[in-house]
Amino acid sequence: MSLETHELSELKSKIGRNPTLTELQIVAAEWSEHCSYKSSKKHLKMLPMTGPLVINEKGYDSGVLDVGGGYVVTAHIESHNHPSAVEPFGGAATGVGGVIRDILSAGTRPIAIFDGLRFGNIEKDQQARWLFKNAVSGVAAYGNCLGIPTIGGEVEFDDCYQNYALVDVAAIGFGKKENLIKNHAKKGDIVVLLGGSTGRDGIGGSQFASDSLESEDRSAIQIPDPFIEKLIIEAVLEARNEKLIHAMKDLGGGGLSCAISETADALSVGIEMDVQKVHTRESDMHPDEIMVSESQERMLIITDKIKLKKLETICKKFHIECSVIGNVTSDNKMHVKKSKKTFANLPIDVVANATLLDLPSKKPEYLKTIENENKLKIISDYSKTLMKLLASPNIASKIWVYGQYDHEVGIRTVVKPGGDASVLRLDNGKFLSAKIDGNPKQCYINPREGAIGCFEEACRNVVCTGAKPIGMLDHLQFGNPKDPEIFWTFLESLKGLTDFAKDFKIPCVGGKVSLYNETPAGPIKPTPVIGVLGLIEKKPLIPQKISENDCLVIIGNTKDEMGGSEYFEYIHKFIGGKCPAVSFSESKKNMESVLVVIDKGLLKSVHDCSKGGFAVAVSELCMKNMIGCKISLETVPGEKLGVDRILFSESHSRYLLAFDKKNLKKLEDLLKKNKVSFKLIGQFGGDKIRFVSGTKPIIDLRVDKAQKTWLNSLRDLVLHG
Amino acid sequence: MKVGVVVFPGSNCDRDMYHVLTDVFNLDARYFWHEKSLPKNIDAVILPGGFSYGDRLRAGAIAAHSPIIKDIHKLAEKGIPILGVCNGFQILVESGLLPGVLLKNESLNFMCEWTNLIVENNKTPFTNQFKLHQKIPIPIANGEGKYYVDNDVLKQLKEKNQIVFRYSEIVNGSTDRIAGVCNKEGNVVGMMPHPERAVESEINPVDNKPSSLIFKSLLVKMGVSN
Repeated sequence: MSLETHELSELKSKIGRNPTLTELQIVAAEWSEHCSYKSSKKHLKMLPMTGPLVINEKGYDSGVLDVGGGYVVTAHIESHNHPSAVEPFGGAATGVGGVIRDILSAGTRPIAIFDGLRFGNIEKDQQARWLFKNAVSGVAAYGNCLGIPTIGGEVEFDDCYQNYALVDVAAIGFGKKENLIKNHAKKGDIVVLLGGSTGRDGIGGSQFASDSLESEDRSAIQIPDPFIEKLIIEAVLEARNEKLIHAMKDLGGGGLSCAISETADALSVGIEMDVQKVHTRESDMHPDEIMVSESQERMLIITDKIKLKKLETICKKFHIECSVIGNVTSDNKMHVKKSKKTFANLPIDVVANATLLDLPSKKPEYLKTIENENKLKIISDYSKTLMKLLASPNIASKIWVYGQYDHEVGIRTVVKPGGDASVLRLDNGKFLSAKIDGNPKQCYINPREGAIGCFEEACRNVVCTGAKPIGMLDHLQFGNPKDPEIFWTFLESLKGLTDFAKDFKIPCVGGKVSLYNETPAGPIKPTPVIGVLGLIEKKPLIPQKISENDCLVIIGNTKDEMGGSEYFEYIHKFIGGKCPAVSFSESKKNMESVLVVIDKGLLKSVHDCSKGGFAVAVSELCMKNMIGCKISLETVPGEKLGVDRILFSESHSRYLLAFDKKNLKKLEDLLKKNKVSFKLIGQFGGDKIRFVSGTKPIIDLRVDKAQKTWLNSLRDLVLHG
Repeated sequence: MKVGVVVFPGSNCDRDMYHVLTDVFNLDARYFWHEKSLPKNIDAVILPGGFSYGDRLRAGAIAAHSPIIKDIHKLAEKGIPILGVCNGFQILVESGLLPGVLLKNESLNFMCEWTNLIVENNKTPFTNQFKLHQKIPIPIANGEGKYYVDNDVLKQLKEKNQIVFRYSEIVNGSTDRIAGVCNKEGNVVGMMPHPERAVESEINPVDNKPSSLIFKSLLVKMGVSN
């Protein structure tokens, strides 16, 4: 939890003397992987980060997109993995708090939260169940209290997360372009610390998160207080309205050390501060502790003397503390004092810019044989297999999770969670669609294609609501980067995402890298989680009730791509096979065609095929609408495949279109014109989910029975094991 | 006509309620911070939902001691229509303006879902436009929404027609499926579900007309419309 030997000598040579103990603490925090991105930063530059809608300005912790009419959307994603693995409630809650403050830092009001949660096998592992249950409670407690709707996310279970947890939180903000904080500072400006008091929680949190999880370092865990955060949000937005803020940054990893050094670095100034002026929770805190504490719900604000009075009045109204802790200087130094005594005085560029690494990479050995398929046991009853998948934790409805999240507050949620992407209405008459997706099972088998698959899936989800993807958030979660095999998987995923982003012209507007996700049992599978934002100019596709005789068309080809599928892994307990790969040209054509037919108003509902494949996607449409269907497997487009492949392959770029029979002709004409691969595969009706191959029945399942299992199995598992 | 929307530290449905009052029903709504006083000539007061004081101690317990509650007591005595939604209902209960208590839901979880209400009293300022037993599709979002009264109080509530809304089925373990009550005079109403989330068709997946009648009832009561 400190600097490595070569880093220490580097620091000495850069400053030309021995650092003080406080300086060591500050630099150790800022040079930690968590804060400095030293292993990944060189490579992250490959991602496209500009585009016609992207607003790039210095010092933003979130991505900013111009959505028209004088309005902007901000977005960011963060994780809180290490803390959540030790204390899931607090870890998840403070994860929400942190990303919300990033949104606030730009001067926008947070309007939505997404959570991506990953744990070990909850069917077998009680610890995983405990982590899951409490992480959900943590997200709920924090987000609900703030009055920011949690409108979507994903939950996944895999043995690779045993005794561990991935808690990713993305947030979206909205505001007027003119209200964006234009970060700037000049000599003599005042540095203010606003919000919660600084205590002994989260000491060394960023270093804790930059190492494998071997012991439970509880002092490194932060304590959540959503009530204070809510007050900060309202106070900061009032101050923003009155134009009192020159620059703003939230305190996250590395606490004051990072906030001060990164702000000064971004604005090319120096900052002089006095730790005695910081309002603390305990009276005897040492300057080192004050500088690296990661106590939550704190904002750093730069203002001037005149505006300070008004800022203080606002803080008084909300009963939140606001301490003047220092001032802006012109010497580009970070000067930390306690009264008159200097504890640290370092050049900003030294603190804020750790030397970037260029780590070696090597293709992992296991990949040589991973695509080989085992001989699988023969399935005699596909109805049973489908039922088993519908009840499986990764596929079962997540209503037990999102039912605990207030997803309506803010009265923007037009398309509610539980479907593909959720949709929010914006004040400029447009709609914003968003979704996050990950798929570690596929990323393990093929880090490049797996990562692209996550990206495409998130795009598919927003396309299903009628939205055009306008921005991407990437969250890259891997094990120890010093292992060349792990670092190779990181680079492959990143290259895949970059290729897709460039080809589809979807800029990366924000992201995060989380490394050292390991326990003594080993590293996690590569887990990139991708968020996609989509914009709807006119009106979204709000799923309408599917009724008797409505038709079902599938767009996209089903291929023999079973690697990482729930069918292989959950039913056959087999890890391996060919990972689904996205054909960029097919993907693009399919997306565009779906958007066209949605725009023409021809459809009742669109759903993409993902986990569990075609059979699960069709079943989900049936269960949500409590209606049966009859599907002919031989009409499904793609190469000639066995029944199990057609039912459960997780090939990408596939969409199910449900519509009134009268629109069939128009729909077929449009799709033919766009030259996409599609087929009418069946009709809705009756009370059974039926799949047939020729005249042979393959699956025959009562919808009500399937629905009951699908809706309740996750809750039953959590509550009763 | 002026409607006050009371804002406590931690209120988070205040802006939603304000939007509905002003943009949907064209009312002259004003925010009132909990430390301010309410003007004597105000026509109605709404306590919106949220997590006042972060639900510390008990939901609504601390907000019930805010300076503005004194004014709300006075206005209640004068017969001014007062509506508490969700945390607002909890605050009205905690400040003694409405009977009963709100306990943790039977599931012990926060619950956010769409449910159906049945109108049991159509004589209040917020329900006068409903037919008796009319159904309202509406969302709930709360952790402490289980309404509880003992048998004696329940008997009184029934005698004085103080049960305003019931859930159409068992949702959270509330006594007698009660979702909203009023005081004996009928001018102070509290309800757990969120009408402000249900009055616009864009965000209401079922039917926005019934919940709109809650606000239309207020307009009729005030003589703004008929």
